[in-house]
Amino acid sequence: MSTIMLDAKIPAGPLAQKWTRHKQESKLINPANKRKFTVLVVGSGLAGASAAATLSELGYKVKCFCYQDSARRAHSIAAQGGINAAKNYQNDGDSVHRLFYDTIKGGDFRAREANVYRLAEVSSAIIDQCVAQGVPLAREYGGLLANRSFGGSQVSRTFYARGQTGQQLLLGAYSALSKEIARGNVQMFPRTEMLELVVVEGHAKGIVVRDMVSGEVTVHAADAVLLATGGYGNVFYLSTNAKGCNTTAIWRAHKKGALFANPCYTQIHPTCIPVSGDYQSKLTLMSESLRNDGRVWVPKKKEDCGKHPSEIPEDARDYYLERKYPSYGNLAPRDISSRSAKEACDEGRGVGPGGLGVYLDFADAIERYGKDRAGGRELPQAELQRLGKEVVAEKYGNLFEMYEQITGESGYERPMRIYPAVHYTMGGLWVDYNLMSNLPGLFVLGEANFSDHGANRLGASALMQGLADGYFVIPTTIAPYLATQKPGSVTTGHGAFREAAEAVNVRTKKMLDIRGKRSVDSFHRELGLLMWDECGMARSDEGLRRALARLPELREEFWNNVTVPGSGTDVNQELEKAGRLADFLEFGELMCIDALHREESCGGHFRVEHQYTKDDEAKKLGQAGEARRNDEAFTYVAAWEYTGDIARSILHKEPLQFEEAHLAVRSYV
Amino acid sequence: MPSLFRNFYLKTSMARTLNLHLKIWRQPGPDAGGWFQEIEASEIPETASFLEMLDIVNQKLISVSGDPVVFDHDCREGICGTCGMVINGVPHGPQRGTTTCQLHMRTFNDGDTIWIEPFRAKAFPIIKDLMVNRSGFDRIMAAGGFISVRTGAAQDANALPISKEAADSSMDAAECIGCGACVASCKNASAMLFTAAKAGQFNMLPQGQPEKHRRVLGMVKTMDEAGFGNCTNQYECEAACPKRIGVRWISKLNRDYTLAVVHDTLLAPVGKGGGEG
Repeated sequence: MSTIMLDAKIPAGPLAQKWTRHKQESKLINPANKRKFTVLVVGSGLAGASAAATLSELGYKVKCFCYQDSARRAHSIAAQGGINAAKNYQNDGDSVHRLFYDTIKGGDFRAREANVYRLAEVSSAIIDQCVAQGVPLAREYGGLLANRSFGGSQVSRTFYARGQTGQQLLLGAYSALSKEIARGNVQMFPRTEMLELVVVEGHAKGIVVRDMVSGEVTVHAADAVLLATGGYGNVFYLSTNAKGCNTTAIWRAHKKGALFANPCYTQIHPTCIPVSGDYQSKLTLMSESLRNDGRVWVPKKKEDCGKHPSEIPEDARDYYLERKYPSYGNLAPRDISSRSAKEACDEGRGVGPGGLGVYLDFADAIERYGKDRAGGRELPQAELQRLGKEVVAEKYGNLFEMYEQITGESGYERPMRIYPAVHYTMGGLWVDYNLMSNLPGLFVLGEANFSDHGANRLGASALMQGLADGYFVIPTTIAPYLATQKPGSVTTGHGAFREAAEAVNVRTKKMLDIRGKRSVDSFHRELGLLMWDECGMARSDEGLRRALARLPELREEFWNNVTVPGSGTDVNQELEKAGRLADFLEFGELMCIDALHREESCGGHFRVEHQYTKDDEAKKLGQAGEARRNDEAFTYVAAWEYTGDIARSILHKEPLQFEEAHLAVRSYV
Repeated sequence: MPSLFRNFYLKTSMARTLNLHLKIWRQPGPDAGGWFQEIEASEIPETASFLEMLDIVNQKLISVSGDPVVFDHDCREGICGTCGMVINGVPHGPQRGTTTCQLHMRTFNDGDTIWIEPFRAKAFPIIKDLMVNRSGFDRIMAAGGFISVRTGAAQDANALPISKEAADSSMDAAECIGCGACVASCKNASAMLFTAAKAGQFNMLPQGQPEKHRRVLGMVKTMDEAGFGNCTNQYECEAACPKRIGVRWISKLNRDYTLAVVHDTLLAPVGKGGGEG
């Protein structure tokens, strides 16, 4: 019998005033007392690094942990396109409310309104902060900041640094962190992996970590624990995540009592480089910003798919996004673009190896920019082409280079081939408005929590959320919790630490002792394939049940037949991978349970049984083939409680109430 | 149910394959001796990346000897700077402007011998096999690789116009991924290109001016203390840099350093208050 009561602690008052009022009414801790509190931050990406730096600036003692060899390498670094902010520098009608609404709508009305509004509200301050740190965001000749547009929005509100916005923002946060490390107030633990959460009398009070060089297992006690450990996309094996990205920290916390919310919400990114072989270790994304200038198409007829694209005349091409979504065109949101690509390929109209690709064509952009540069001068075609390519190279040069490195083809000379790939996970640990999980003292930030993106995240919003959580939200919302705690009241001498460390050691030994026949990677590939087939871009009752039957078997086989060479007292990358995979094998089951229970389609969660039909289209209910939500039954956050048996996880519902946003069919026509 | 993904697995793997003779550096720990292990890598698809080739090799090693090659890697898309090895004597291998993870096997020929070694430098002690300790870079950054601005203290981002040229130039330096190829390529194991790029990014911008002198002095001092060598202007670093960071940043650092020394000794001692001169 569960006793958990979900309280989102959404402040009272009108939506636009909630955050301001909350800040005014929140308890503070005086500067002399702040230094008595220790906070553990796990993860050093945008959310973790910004939180660690900011909390340290405020005076808290911070210990920050990351599995990478340097805090600067967290996977936020790979975000390419940009970061949204409601600055309205372009005078194109943007506002906090519009960014809020686009985000809520983009999330298919499955996000918590108050959190999203706060996100839009602090977005401007993030840009100010980053520029002050020396992040070289793109500028216009007049010296002011430049913007580009992104999927799912009709204003130009995305700030960027070439195609490496995530890198620059992360290096900004890392520089802030370095400053605090230099001051001696943040203690940094690189090459260190969190393997267990320590809970004392219901409160999160520490963690168990493993030093990935020496193998030493140590415990750390604190007054609060922050998890900023990213998403769970690697459950699919192939994804755009870094190889090391894992769900271990949040899954361990889940098994210690933290609720896991909406695990089935995963985002499939439409513009990735297609898979080229079964040895493939990861998928590479190319920024969605390419869709500003690239046109997506497939041949109208299957027979043309094998031809060189230049041999397919204009009238034999299907620019399907422009056809289906005239007002957004190639900038339709990610879930819709991905599904459309899948549909085209399912119809047999895909291009490239295995028919798993669609074209992203820059020929028109090159011609248009060439003419722009020529400024009315009559120039030979070759010269216009050269000028046009120059402009495209200025905007996306590094992406074209990357494409060529991987595929051996030039995107300037022939259309790129793209295909959707797992990219971002909207689900995560359940948190209240203060980013605190149901376990007091456990805060969850960035992609690791579920809070801001609903069932689908809009482009350029992940960087915004990570930094909002770390720089601006947690510094305010952690204080009211800490104010109720006596600093340093729990030490590592407490029995719970010894128990948790012992559990870690037992598990490590168990994995090392199996000495079976199958490698960790081979299990991970099988899990990934299963999840992609049954819980990927399109999900069905039948498929999910198949996955739910197979997962416990796969786990069983893993624990009996995996081979983990080497020892636990040394660098052992196979052991690291095995530990993460063991958690993914459990987590995958919860993901399928959630996907099966959500009998509707929304955002990135597409159930084939729930889509608009031709009849519905005739009745003007929605476009045929699009996701059909069931607002009456499913306007809630599904937060799952661990019971010792994943199949018997208990569902808790947080109803979503919309005061401002009007629940509507998400139309991008 | 023939899913898309499964189709894919059936239909691909038709690419050209290579048979390679690998000579891979193996070293059990920082203080242990090392040697080149000879490994025959057969039927490596040319569309695989260099690290995927090593994955294939490791899968075999796991089943045969239980001793896979340890190497650092993470994003595998050329941006995190985690991977890096010396391939046939060149950090990140033969292709200019490319990290090891973005190097693809089509660059090699069937029958090639490939020597694979860690980044070697006194300041990058080997942890195991191809994995090295680059924490010296983090120490250099903590000695001044930042602008001291507290969260929340910033003015409106457009209140300070910055010329596009300055911003773009700053971005050129900021593209450094901190992989360490510059150090590995240098006969002196100097970290000048890294340090210059990091200091240069901030020194190009108006926000970076107030701390410019202390930044340069602090970062250079820490670089020296970490055991990196001196720069003797051979420009190997620029050739090895996967992000093509130019040696002009080293010129700028030298100039900024001279200026900082003058300021520090004659005009406004760093860390002692006083004006900016």
